[in-house]
Amino acid sequence: MSIAITTQFICFTVLSLVVIIGALGVVLLESIVYSAFLLGGVFMSVAGLYLLLNASFVAAAQVLVYVGAVNVLIIFAIMLVNKKEDLKPINDIKSRRVISTSICLTLLSLLIRVDLTNVWSLSSPQNSIGEESTIRIGEHLFSDYLLPFEVASVLLLMAMIGAIVLARRDVMSKDISTGLPVDQELIEKSSEPLLTNKN
Amino acid sequence: MEYGLDLEYSFNEFLKGFGLSSEIAHIIWLPLPMLLVLVAAVVGVLVTVWLERKISAAAQQRIGPEYAGALGVLQPIADGLKLLVKEDIIPAKADGILFTAGPILVLVPVILSWLIVPFGQNLLISNVGIGIFLWIALSSIQPIGLLMSGYASNNKYSLLGGLRAAAQSISYEIPLALSVLAIVLMTNSLSTVDIVNQQSGAGILSWNIWRQPVGFIVFWICALAECERLPFDLPEAEEELVAGYQTEYAGMKFALFYLGSYINLILSALLVSILYLGGWGFPIPVELIAKFLNLPINAPFIQVFTASIGIVMTVLKAYLLVFIAILLRWTTPRVRIDQLLDLGWKFLLPISLANLLITAGLKLAFPQFFGG
Repeated sequence: MSIAITTQFICFTVLSLVVIIGALGVVLLESIVYSAFLLGGVFMSVAGLYLLLNASFVAAAQVLVYVGAVNVLIIFAIMLVNKKEDLKPINDIKSRRVISTSICLTLLSLLIRVDLTNVWSLSSPQNSIGEESTIRIGEHLFSDYLLPFEVASVLLLMAMIGAIVLARRDVMSKDISTGLPVDQELIEKSSEPLLTNKN
Repeated sequence: MEYGLDLEYSFNEFLKGFGLSSEIAHIIWLPLPMLLVLVAAVVGVLVTVWLERKISAAAQQRIGPEYAGALGVLQPIADGLKLLVKEDIIPAKADGILFTAGPILVLVPVILSWLIVPFGQNLLISNVGIGIFLWIALSSIQPIGLLMSGYASNNKYSLLGGLRAAAQSISYEIPLALSVLAIVLMTNSLSTVDIVNQQSGAGILSWNIWRQPVGFIVFWICALAECERLPFDLPEAEEELVAGYQTEYAGMKFALFYLGSYINLILSALLVSILYLGGWGFPIPVELIAKFLNLPINAPFIQVFTASIGIVMTVLKAYLLVFIAILLRWTTPRVRIDQLLDLGWKFLLPISLANLLITAGLKLAFPQFFGG
């Protein structure tokens, strides 16, 4: 075995272990903050796997979008609403667990089926494009994938407008959560007095 | 365009002379440029710290460090040694693992980004195809480390500082990436070497700063904000937050933050000089000088001369920018958080978008000047 292949094998093993153990930690850990940080680690390792597949642009985009934007926002949200509250015990926890386990197992079997039926081997190693992949991705985004690309941007715009409507109550005449008329004059005014019930 | 010194090739040939296989020679070669760049980064930090102390002293009509070495040049080393031997404290109620991992996550991406900084045609660790995009992606990891250390310190000032740092770097990353995109549009490549080569046609006249003046200013403001330098040092605003996310840190962990922020400053200065000021290019093209002296461009003497001029020019341009950053730090007041976010989202973002659009239009109209 040549040195390059050995290095690749070691990297692949380490990255896969990090992905699997990290993902398990995201699901199983009690502390939500640890889960969020581990999620970042999982995203990073997936980027590493892309790098091993010679897809450096996809790897960098994965880091930029998933680690730099999605994960940072998740952590941000957790830290802004860092309320220490005990979770209420759920009554029918057992049946819920059975249902979620069966759904997960179905998804897993689907993935295993895809893995077994798909033909993974490339016809020839010369087909890998490596550094040229950036150009190819650009060509595809502006030709045959143009419609999905634009539709995705519309979807993001819709999500953004929704977030603004939810955050800025003054654009609606009625409060969305309580149904009371909104005071249009002072946006930052709290719905209940701040200082009276402080004891 | 393949000219200049190829140290890797000569080194490998040299090792093969001892009967080593090319693979082993390659493995021996690999750590050398990395170590060299790491040493360069740390020495760069020492120089910058000394400059910061001296220039701040001059701005405030003091003398500054004087007794440690001539003109106090050994002062940063004394600072570093002090931090190295200080007790490493983890607060009792802090989260030990995250508290330790935070500074590492801040420092590692910054050092990794040095991968793409070229000091000459072949004088960089790796000419990766995604080049400048790698730096943008890596610099987006940093906020996680800041949030992590802010949360783990179990201190409200630290948490606020961490949140501010993350908000700030997310806001300023967008105009930064857009102004880089305008350069990439002109170069048709993400590689830093290609970006410099595209500017090397007519010396100082072909530098990107003349074609991208708006982009240059936007990039510089955003780079300062990403480095959390004054006037954008809200995450560690002393009057409001003690020291922000660094409040609970001491010893070597604090030193990692310190090192990270200065390495980031030098890196940003280097990237500004690569993107806008012609990188390793001399204001007068070296080819012209060689022609004037009637020397062939491939002569060994000219190659060594070109390489050393390249390194000197890159470092000189970068330190000129570092000097401006230090002057800005000691002469400008801090902006408020709402002013900071207004500047980022309502001013820099539209301006950089318009800049990108105009660059694309000019590229279509004048392909010979704006990259065909």
